[in-house]
Amino acid sequence: MEAVWFAIVSAMLAVYAVLDGFDFGVGVIHRLVARTDEERRTVLAAIGPVWDGNEVWLIAAGGLLFMAFPRVYATAFSGFYMALMIVLWLLILRGVAIEFRSHQDHPLWREFWDTVFSLASVLLAVVFGTTLGNLVRGVPLGKDGLPGMPLFTNFRPGREPGILDWYTGLAGLFTLVALAGHGALYLVWRTTGPVRERSLAFARTAWKAVIVLWIAATAATAWVQPDAFFNLVARPWALVFVALSVAGIWGAFRFPRRGQELAAFLSSCVFLLGMVATALAGNYPFWLRSTLDPSYSLTAANTASARYGMGVALAWWAVGIALTAGYLTYLFRSMRGKVGADSGAGY
Amino acid sequence: MSDGLIWHRIQFAFSITFHYLFPQLTMGLALLIVLFKSLALRLRDESYNEVARFWGRIFALNFAMGVVTGIPLEFQFGTNWSRFSRFSGEVIGQTLAMEGVFAFFLESTFLGLFLFGERRLGPRGHLAAAVALALGSWLSGYFIIVANAFMQHPVGYRLGEDGVLHLESFSAFIFNRWALWQYAHNMAASLVTASFAVAAVGAYWSLMGSHARHAAICLRAGVVAGLASSILISFPTGDGQGKMVTKHQPVTLAAMEGLFDSGPDAELAIIGQPNVAARRLENPIVVPGLLSFLAYGTFGSTVHGLNDFPAREWPANVELLYYSYHIMVGLGTLFILVMGISAVLLRRDRLARTRPMLWVLMLAFPFPYIATTAGWWTAEMGRQPWIIHGLMRTANAHSQLVNPGDVVFTTLGFAGLYLLLGMLFVVHVLKEIDRGPAASH
Ligand code: HDD
Ligand code: HEM
Ligand code: HEM
Repeated sequence: MEAVWFAIVSAMLAVYAVLDGFDFGVGVIHRLVARTDEERRTVLAAIGPVWDGNEVWLIAAGGLLFMAFPRVYATAFSGFYMALMIVLWLLILRGVAIEFRSHQDHPLWREFWDTVFSLASVLLAVVFGTTLGNLVRGVPLGKDGLPGMPLFTNFRPGREPGILDWYTGLAGLFTLVALAGHGALYLVWRTTGPVRERSLAFARTAWKAVIVLWIAATAATAWVQPDAFFNLVARPWALVFVALSVAGIWGAFRFPRRGQELAAFLSSCVFLLGMVATALAGNYPFWLRSTLDPSYSLTAANTASARYGMGVALAWWAVGIALTAGYLTYLFRSMRGKVGADSGAGY
Repeated sequence: MSDGLIWHRIQFAFSITFHYLFPQLTMGLALLIVLFKSLALRLRDESYNEVARFWGRIFALNFAMGVVTGIPLEFQFGTNWSRFSRFSGEVIGQTLAMEGVFAFFLESTFLGLFLFGERRLGPRGHLAAAVALALGSWLSGYFIIVANAFMQHPVGYRLGEDGVLHLESFSAFIFNRWALWQYAHNMAASLVTASFAVAAVGAYWSLMGSHARHAAICLRAGVVAGLASSILISFPTGDGQGKMVTKHQPVTLAAMEGLFDSGPDAELAIIGQPNVAARRLENPIVVPGLLSFLAYGTFGSTVHGLNDFPAREWPANVELLYYSYHIMVGLGTLFILVMGISAVLLRRDRLARTRPMLWVLMLAFPFPYIATTAGWWTAEMGRQPWIIHGLMRTANAHSQLVNPGDVVFTTLGFAGLYLLLGMLFVVHVLKEIDRGPAASH
């Protein structure tokens, strides 16, 4: 049962990365690809109706983690108190920047909110990347299951971990670039005119950088956490995720050239899905891996709730996610096509 | 308190009180928007659609604030109350997760469709989107109330040998009797807030002499819904809540009422200041026997006073609890009065011309917010010293390993950020109200 729930929570997080990922990516490149007010309104109209729903994947994943693995939720959230508070503030700023901008007529205010939106998106992308880095490499959990300090850094180039160090920083950079490329392909699909042209040009460069950074990050991971690789090889099914990542990146290169915009965007979705799934599958059964002593780690087994509750939850989760899939399909279908003058009405 | 407990409490109380300023309008307003949309369809009157669109814009702003302030709460159970989360996550996490999976997805999807899809969906489809939106927000209210009701009156659990709570019966947990009353009362309150807001805008336009048609629609809907919900809030729902408290949290009831001595024919204090050190109520005005009647249904029943309980079982802040409760109930009574008079004027077709009453309606809209906040403070402070009534004390629930200084720092950060957002929010809403219903942008 705990394996099932590990998979469910991981899957929800991976979907979150893909969906809110393009919102972040759009935010990162917002000021670069959209220069006039009208262009910026188009960009915002492209994510306006969906960003909030995308964010719900994070909330739902958090709630499910709370229910299925209360100890992980409690330890991770209080252990990384400061880091999480920063994430919260950024999420707040990102959300209000999108909403308030549209209610504002003055160009100066609009400029202000555009900048807030971009900065918050850049920082969130980096922070989520470092988080993933910490999950893969592990953190110095003590016997009580907590790291000693709220926000520790360590800038030496060794294997000793800090929440923010060269390794997790690299993971953050990689994520930033990958999400920017992802957001660019989303805009290529959803917009027309100069915004589309600039996004397309940006995507070409970004995806080249993604490959370079991917190789670097993989090599770094092999050095700081070789277990992640042994785990993958020991679980051949997990190699499917690796294959997905490779296929995704191939598509992200190939389809834009042939003008297949949706296929290109879907490829980058597949790439991100594959990456996050690979990382979490390589980590299983660990939720939080202790770098001090493996026995201090929080695993799926030693933190799981009792069977009855998890079983009930599985039943309602299946119903709920089926419903959600239904209306999300409906939402994306009804928004199909390019963002035009009328769909940008609110922005 | 060197371990930061007090700051965890302040941080949580502040961020949740702020959050709830927004959903309380959302949930009630969602229902009124459905009303406007269906009237537009039935009467084939475009004015109703314009009113619905106007409130949709207010709704969107409000919703965005609800979303961004709600996310911190979801995290704060873990960041600030990690021992509580570990202890109760298996049970409480159920509804918190259900809220995300069932309610938030529904709400956020259909809000997008409601705001941007009117042309594509057509009138019926647009009404359906409004219904789905209302359903989502009402569901989310239920799930969160179930979590809170468990903390007030835990049911459906068992305490495991591993020292944490396990779910024993899902249906007992989700249909907690406390939750049913609490939900009914809370949703009635939400409708009160929304009705007063709608009526206030109607009154404002009337006083300004602008948008006469839309002002009339808002006044009528606000007053009718306002009267109905103001009555519902005291009876049966407030009364039902009170009986739950009497039965399951007698100390809390005594503190809420400022009752120190037990006895039959307990009197209900309308006014008075509790003096906890001297254990008496100063300068009271009381109605003899009424409290016994309200609590048990007969005038002679014995109601336990605070003196019957050891002081360590008392809620930590009896005075604040007492005042919060009396503010809620006092305002509740006034609401019935205000809406009652307005309804009479409305029936005689004189409301739109009775300027003093329009002024009252326009200026009344903040008071439901005050009553609701006071009500929640009553519930939450009344539960003290427990975080889960009878099972876990608040003093054992916070995250010990978080530096107290960090909590002070982030509390100040939230305070500053929320102050700024609150001001911007108010500016934007006022601007929308001035623009009025016809304008679109
Ligand atoms: C517009 C707001 C409003 C108004 C006018 C009232 N209430 Fe209320 N009340 C609430 C808004 C509220 C609330 C904020 O929604 C609470 C907090 C928890 C809850 O579910 O509802 C609440 C809680 C609450 C409780 C539970 C306290 C606890 O759990 O310890 C009781 C006993 C009452 N109310 C009783 C009343 C009575 C007898 C009223 C008579 C007029 C009344 N309320 C008016
Ligand atoms: C929106 C309405 C609510 C308001 C205004 C509110 C207000 C408060 C206040 C003032 C406190 C501090 C009490 C004290 O320390 O003396 C508090 C504590 C708390 N509340 Fe609420 N609350 C609300 C709803 C909820 C809900 C729905 C939940 C649960 C799902 C909840 C869970 C908690 C927890 C865990 C604490 C901290 C522990 C404690 O101090 O008892 N609250 N709340
Ligand atoms: C009486 C208590 C509460 C009620 C009735 C309530 C209700 C709602 C509603 C209706 C919304 C939709 C947004 C809006 O309408 O503004 C919302 C948003 C939200 N609430 Fe609350 N809430 C309460 C307290 C809490 C608590 C204690 C939490 C923390 C677990 C919480 C977490 C959230 C989150 C995460 C959102 C954003 C959802 C989204 O992205 O769509 N709320 N709340």
